Amino acid sequence: MAGLAAAPGANDAQNYRRAPGLFAWLVLAPLLAWLVLFVVAPTVMLVAVSFAERDALGRIVWIFTTENYVRAFDWLWLKVLLVSVWYAFLTTVICMAVGYPVAYTIGRAPPRWRSLLLMLVMVPFWTSFLIRTYAWITILSKEGLVNSMLLNAGFISQPVALLYTPFAIVLGLVYNFLPFMILPIYTSVEKLDNAMIEAAYDLGAGPLRAFSQVIIPLTRPGIAAGAMLVFVPSIAMFAITTLMGGGTNPTIGEVIFKQFTSGRNQPFGAALGTLLLLIFILALWLTRKHREENA
Amino acid sequence: MTVAGSSPLATGTPRSRRSLSGSRLQGISFGIWTAGVFAFLYIPILLLVVFSFNSSRLNIRWEGFSLQWYGALFSNKVLITAFQNSLIVASVTTVLATILGTVGAWMLYRYRFPFQRSLGLLIFIPMVMPEVLMGVSLLVLFVQFLNLPLGYTSLVIAHTTFCFPFVLVGVQARLQGLDPFLEEAAMDLGATPVQAFWKVIVPYLMPAIVSGALMSFTLSLDEYIVSVFTTGSQSQTLPLKVYGMAKVGLNPQLNALSALFIAATFAAAVAGQFIGKRKHS
Repeated sequence: MAGLAAAPGANDAQNYRRAPGLFAWLVLAPLLAWLVLFVVAPTVMLVAVSFAERDALGRIVWIFTTENYVRAFDWLWLKVLLVSVWYAFLTTVICMAVGYPVAYTIGRAPPRWRSLLLMLVMVPFWTSFLIRTYAWITILSKEGLVNSMLLNAGFISQPVALLYTPFAIVLGLVYNFLPFMILPIYTSVEKLDNAMIEAAYDLGAGPLRAFSQVIIPLTRPGIAAGAMLVFVPSIAMFAITTLMGGGTNPTIGEVIFKQFTSGRNQPFGAALGTLLLLIFILALWLTRKHREENA
Repeated sequence: MTVAGSSPLATGTPRSRRSLSGSRLQGISFGIWTAGVFAFLYIPILLLVVFSFNSSRLNIRWEGFSLQWYGALFSNKVLITAFQNSLIVASVTTVLATILGTVGAWMLYRYRFPFQRSLGLLIFIPMVMPEVLMGVSLLVLFVQFLNLPLGYTSLVIAHTTFCFPFVLVGVQARLQGLDPFLEEAAMDLGATPVQAFWKVIVPYLMPAIVSGALMSFTLSLDEYIVSVFTTGSQSQTLPLKVYGMAKVGLNPQLNALSALFIAATFAAAVAGQFIGKRKHS
């Protein structure tokens, strides 16, 4: 509806948009300069550094080499990349399974409840992500809530390793990214045409069938958007994975971070960064293609 | 659609009634699931708040109500300095991001620049680019090419880069509903383009500008990953300190700090809801 109402205005706007004069270029210049200097240039430089060497002190030496990439494709580092993608994939699937019923319930709730319920989903997300992750540390650590409760109850005699495990890493990621899955699915569910669902029931579909063959396909744009919003940032989100994994199962972001700080191998870190950039571009391109095919 | 083809003749009422009760069952189970997910979302942060008042050093058991960790927090010079740094960086970032975003959105709306599509894509990149990539690439730029010492300036530049696109996109969305003749009317009445923008367009855009500014402030205040690459030792912000504390493990002062943050978030959410309601009525 909003699209229809906006259409005439948008057309007028198209007609009244002018070719920019010197003044307009001058006003836009800071924005252009900012984008070139702080978005384009750093990315180009990251790629440039990835083909450079370093000296004994860790300084960059401008001699062309593909050594960093040869090393990046070593199984040791490739595994890190695959593990990161695997954690991100698990996070996305779990967020989908956990979040879909929530998004559906909110989207089908009486309209006056919806904004309140949505806000309840968002409020934990507005709290600092470090604090949310720390909350799980206090629950899962050796001295944490779960272990002390189990010890006191006599179920265990030694604290169980809950923190610093792959389980903790994925839990931390799910806890952080769940709202990113719920919001876009909610938007799709809210647009669902009741008549379609009723038609499915009238034609004899049971609730499972109506759900899997009518409701899920109709809300696919929301699911795809949510998957994209969870999967891509999860790959590189190293702060949560370091805190919850304790460095035991390093992810790609963590390794890049180390190369730029304690590892003192910036060219190699840049090569890993460039590979991550390629994955990121590929993910964006696939989403766009998917969206265009659906449209 | 797929269903329609599979059993076109099944129209019996008894069957559809049975299905409807099935759909009610589904509604109930989804409702219970949703309640469970809300518990999952809220129990961890509520536990933090509760244990921030515990006099015991560890969370193991409740040993009595105490405000000692809040006392310790407020006399923790390192954390207070870090919080001040965060506020400075977030304030400057908000001003820069709001100006860049608002002016940018208006210019791109009002004029037909060449390469406008590529420009739109370029603005979109900092919003979705993994923070670690933004952090390392800016680090390389600052250290290798600009010779800029890491500190407040580098932090503000980095934060502004990922904040202003949010302002720009928000303002752009509001411009979609703008009456194109509003600016023309102002100019017919004798305003210069700058006056028309400042006195007519900006007031119209104000809700989007304010929410963009608030978003920038929050994003900057909470940023860890980009900050860790682009800060110096003198400009450590609060998230960097919080990260360091959380990495070591349980820390009652951090419980107290978290509780304050959570309380502030809830207060802001309730205030936002209240203001929103008043505007509607």
